[in-house]
Amino acid sequence: MGGHLNFNHLLFLGHGALWTIGLSLIALGGGGLAGFVIALARVSPLKSVRLLSAVYVQLIQGTPLLVILFLGYFGLAAVGFQLSPLAAAGASLTLYVAAYLGEIWRGCIESVPKPQWEAAEGLALSRTQRMMKVILPQAIRIATPPTVGFMVQIIKNTSLASVVGFVELMRSGQIVNNSLFEPFAIYAIIAVVYFAMCYPISLYSQRLERRMGRGKFNLAPA
Amino acid sequence: MGIELDFPAVLERWPNFLGGAILTLELAFFATVLGAFLGTLAAVGRRSHSLLIARTCKVYVEAIRNTPLLVQIFLVYFGLASIGLKLSAFTVAVAALTINVGAYTAEIMRAGFDAIPRGQLEAAEGLALSRLQIYWHIILLPAVERVYPALTSQFVLLMLASSVCSQISAEELTAVANYIQSDTYRAFETYIIIAVLYIFLSLVMRAGFWGLGFVLFPRRRRLGTPL
Repeated sequence: MGGHLNFNHLLFLGHGALWTIGLSLIALGGGGLAGFVIALARVSPLKSVRLLSAVYVQLIQGTPLLVILFLGYFGLAAVGFQLSPLAAAGASLTLYVAAYLGEIWRGCIESVPKPQWEAAEGLALSRTQRMMKVILPQAIRIATPPTVGFMVQIIKNTSLASVVGFVELMRSGQIVNNSLFEPFAIYAIIAVVYFAMCYPISLYSQRLERRMGRGKFNLAPA
Repeated sequence: MGIELDFPAVLERWPNFLGGAILTLELAFFATVLGAFLGTLAAVGRRSHSLLIARTCKVYVEAIRNTPLLVQIFLVYFGLASIGLKLSAFTVAVAALTINVGAYTAEIMRAGFDAIPRGQLEAAEGLALSRLQIYWHIILLPAVERVYPALTSQFVLLMLASSVCSQISAEELTAVANYIQSDTYRAFETYIIIAVLYIFLSLVMRAGFWGLGFVLFPRRRRLGTPL
C-alpha cells in the first residue's frame, strides 16, 4: 500500500484509455454492421423477418448490458465455450449496440418522407434500387446526429467490460487503486478522462442536430 | 463435451431471485422518484436568470451524461466514505442512481420546457396568473405530459442500469445471480434466468407507467395527443 501516483501509473491509465477507444471502435463496427441488418429487417416486406428482428430488439433492450456480458463470459464458459475477456466484451457490446442502433436507424429510414417512397415506386425502381438509391442516402443524413450521440453511450458502456477483467480505462483505474488505495482521487481522474473522450462527441452531435434542424426546412416538400 | 443444462437446480433458489428482483424494483422506485425531483429542479435551474445557478445545473447535467454510471457509483461510494459517512450499499446505490437519472431527466424536461409555445406564456401573463401558477399550470404540467413517454423509457433504462450496483455489493438481482452462480457452478442457467426476470421487470414497469399515464393525463387519453 501507499506510494504516490507516478508517471508509470499514468502511462498504465493511458494504455487503458487506448483500449477503451479500441473496444468502442470494435463495438461501433460490429454493432453498426449488425444494427444495419436489424434496421433493414425491421422494415422488411416479410412479416416473419419484421417480427423476428422486433423480438431481438425487445429482448436485448429489456436486458442489462452487464447481464449480457456475464452470460457471454461466465455463462458460455460454464457450458464449455471459454471466451477471452476481449472476445466476450466485444461480442456482448456488438449484440447490445446492434439492437439500439438498429432501432435508431429504423426510425430514420421510416422518417424519410412518404412521397419519396411512392415516387421511387412510380419510377419503377426495384425494391433494392429504391432502398439503395432513394431511401438510404436520405436516411443516412437523418441518422448522423443520433448515431454520433449514441457513440457516447458506447464509450461509457465499455466501462462494464472491466467487470469481466478486460483491462480498459476503468479496470486499469481499479488496478492502480489496488496498489495506491486512493479510490476517490483515482476514480475522479478516470471520470475526467471519460469526460474528455465523451464531451467533444456530445458537442459535435448537438451541433449536427442543430444544423439538421435548419436543413429540414430546405427539404420540406413545397 | 456435451452441454447439459439444469434449470431446476438453479430455480430451486427462487426465493433468492425473488428477493433480488424486489430489491432491484425498490432501487428503481426510489431513484426514479428522487431523480425525477432532482432532474426537474435542475431543468428549472437551467432556465434561471442567475448565471451561477444556470451554469451549475448545466455542469451537473453534462458531467453526469458524459461519464459512465460505474465510475459515478464508485465515486459516490468512496467519496461518501472519505468524508466519514458510513452508509449501507443500498443507500449509496440509491444516491448514485438518483444523481445519474437526475441528469437525464433534466435534459428531457428541458426539451419539454422548450416546446411550450411562447404564446401560452404570454396568455398566462395576460390573465394575471402569478409566477408560481404559470410555472405549475402552463410550464411544468404540460411539459411533463409532453415528454412522459421519453421519461418513462429513461426510468426503465435506469432499472436495467441498476444491475451495475452489484459492483458495490448492493444485494439486487445481478448480485444475487453472481452469488448463486458461484454457489451452483451453473452460470449460464443463472444469467439466463435473471435476463428473463429483467425483461419481465421492464415489461411490468412499462405497463405500470402506461397505466399511470392513463390516469394522470386524461387530456392525452381523450385527444390522443399531448397539449
